[in-house]
Amino acid sequence: MTASEFDSYRPPEPPRRRRRDRDRRSKGGAGSWFKRGGDGAREMPVVPDAEVEPYTSYYGRPVVKAPPWKKEIALYLFLGGVAGGSALLALGGQVTDRTALRRNGRLAALGAAGAGSLALITDLGRPERFLNMLRTIKPTSPMSLGSWVLAAFSTCAGVAAAAEVDELTAERLPLGPLRAVLRTTAPVAGAGAGLLGAPLAGYTAVLLSDTAVPTWNAVREDLPFVFVSSASLAASGLAMITTPVAQAGPARALAVMGAVGELVAQNVMERRADHVAAEPLHQGRPGRMLSWSERLVVAGGLGTLLAGRRRWAAVLSGAALLTSSALTRFGVFYAGLESAKDPRYTVEPQRRRLEARRAAGQTGDSITTAG
Amino acid sequence: MTAQPGRQVANPTADAHYEHPHSRRGFFTDTSICIGCKACEVACKEWNRNPADGDYEILGSSYDNTGALGANTWRHVAFIEQDRERIEQARSSGRALVDLGMPGVGPPPARTGSARTAPSATASTGETGGAPSSEGTAPPDSPEFRWLMSSDVCKHCTNAGCLDVCPTGALFRTEYGTVVVQEDVCNGCGTCVAGCPFGVIERRTDGLVTTPPSRDLPASVKRPQTGIAQKCTLCYDRMKDDETPACAKTCPTTSIKYGRREEMLSTARERVAQLHEQGMTEARLYGANPDDGVGGTGSIFLLLDEPEVYGLPPDPRVPTADLPRMFKRAGLAMAGMVAATATAFALGGRR
Ligand code: SF4
Ligand code: SF4
Repeated sequence: MTASEFDSYRPPEPPRRRRRDRDRRSKGGAGSWFKRGGDGAREMPVVPDAEVEPYTSYYGRPVVKAPPWKKEIALYLFLGGVAGGSALLALGGQVTDRTALRRNGRLAALGAAGAGSLALITDLGRPERFLNMLRTIKPTSPMSLGSWVLAAFSTCAGVAAAAEVDELTAERLPLGPLRAVLRTTAPVAGAGAGLLGAPLAGYTAVLLSDTAVPTWNAVREDLPFVFVSSASLAASGLAMITTPVAQAGPARALAVMGAVGELVAQNVMERRADHVAAEPLHQGRPGRMLSWSERLVVAGGLGTLLAGRRRWAAVLSGAALLTSSALTRFGVFYAGLESAKDPRYTVEPQRRRLEARRAAGQTGDSITTAG
Repeated sequence: MTAQPGRQVANPTADAHYEHPHSRRGFFTDTSICIGCKACEVACKEWNRNPADGDYEILGSSYDNTGALGANTWRHVAFIEQDRERIEQARSSGRALVDLGMPGVGPPPARTGSARTAPSATASTGETGGAPSSEGTAPPDSPEFRWLMSSDVCKHCTNAGCLDVCPTGALFRTEYGTVVVQEDVCNGCGTCVAGCPFGVIERRTDGLVTTPPSRDLPASVKRPQTGIAQKCTLCYDRMKDDETPACAKTCPTTSIKYGRREEMLSTARERVAQLHEQGMTEARLYGANPDDGVGGTGSIFLLLDEPEVYGLPPDPRVPTADLPRMFKRAGLAMAGMVAATATAFALGGRR
């Protein structure tokens, strides 16, 4: 687009693709992301080729903004899962009289929920206003519902864990007459935490997907399944580390189920999502995190299955599973942040679905109109 | 609280259960007469006392060194330089829109035969066919080159993603149908930043410098706060006093118009029909359709090319529209987690 000699002082323009310009497009050859996905391994858009709009952007700047969330939020995604899964295991231990499993589960639930809440609060722009989270109950806001779940869960887990600590320290907590109250409420609180465990582990998937961040939004159908599987295997892994093998049978079984669930869910998720918006899940650091998470799930799952009744193997497998869960959460988290930074992940899928609707004769719902 | 898109919501204040009726207010930004003077950016910053956006940087994108909307930039003028090829593409994509028979098409473009006529030719030979008022507002293009200039702003969506996902209720729907952050409630969680399909709202992170003159200001004067989410308020404070927002008031070409939304909508429709008559089939409206993914926007734009050229999303959809479905999937997953744990205890019985 050179118009004068002074244009040579300009920085190079990001390549722009021309619309309905077949000559150029065929020349576009090698570097054409346009042809990606045409290897037959993935589903191609049903839109006829001529209708697909090339992707343009405003100087390559992002269209949507990535949330200002830092690693604390990714850490919280992980810890929330550990807390939720541990509370469920503790409830199982409580019902089936496995004291060690119950105790360790309750302590883990409180520890993870507490650390997770701290991580959440430090990530706020105004941490001193964290209580404003409980100012309303807003069904359209997963963050609002999640805050309530977290608050209720932490309260229950706190009571249940206090009872365990009291028992561990041979009733040395200065409780006085409250001890009797604690004794009677602990099972109820344990049940409460157990019931809130699954919502705590899974709501974060909705929190991420209910945004305009391309990758998170594109995986909205299957992300909850990845997250609950990841939470189950992480909590089981932790229980296998902390609990003697005699009592950790259910944890081992859950670990294997969680591992299988995660492998399946992650695969389905990556297949079903828009192939362009899902790309950041395979690229760069997030991509590496997710593939390592997959390897560790396999290793941890197999270790549990084959040698889980040996203490050392249980500890090693548990550690592998915990690490894998953390990597899953961090991977998905950072893939989303990356996808918001590149306008292509916003523009291209939107363009494609718009053209597909138009090709199907559905023209009444476009934001751009002729009049 | 807003809900599904696709509903004909003329005034979202009804949704928010306001008892005293106010008409919905909005902008109409006619980019065909924007001259890129950035007076709106300046006026907005001054009136709202928004701090500087970091150090001054030359971005190398035409005359745009602002870059994007953000916590401290509530109006942003985009500059796009286009050659003949691109102009023709824009024109044909606009014509394709007309051919699609989009909803609410006003008077059909009368002279389709002259569609290829360069607009400058129409302008310089004196308006004959166009509406009488169009003479002074014909865009100063040449067939070889044109600048697109567009002043972007918060869309004040009918179904606003930012508002839906805000957990504290800091974001609220005003009695004028606009979307505003309450500075003293927001705790800076940042959810709204991810919830906006247009990338408008942002959490303010810049270190705010207290300059000696600002230290002496009386306590009643508003001071910018850090750590909270910020965006255009459509000058809520001015609106309450029946004043025009700072940007619209200062715009020398009336490219930014402010008023009741229905008025803005009909002005926009008239203008686009007028431009089509002049052969500028590239003209199109953005945000005027109540059936789009955000239920229509409070700020309507007249664009001269595809939205993504201006950095706008081509098919935005408020994420909460899919929330019921997401909750359903998550509920299923949670039930699965409970079932798996129960099974584990059944399987892992004392051996
Ligand atoms: S454009 Fe973004 S910030 Fe403005 S009302 Fe819509 S969702 Fe909210
Ligand atoms: S940053 Fe403030 S306005 Fe935005 S969602 Fe959080 S509390 Fe609401």
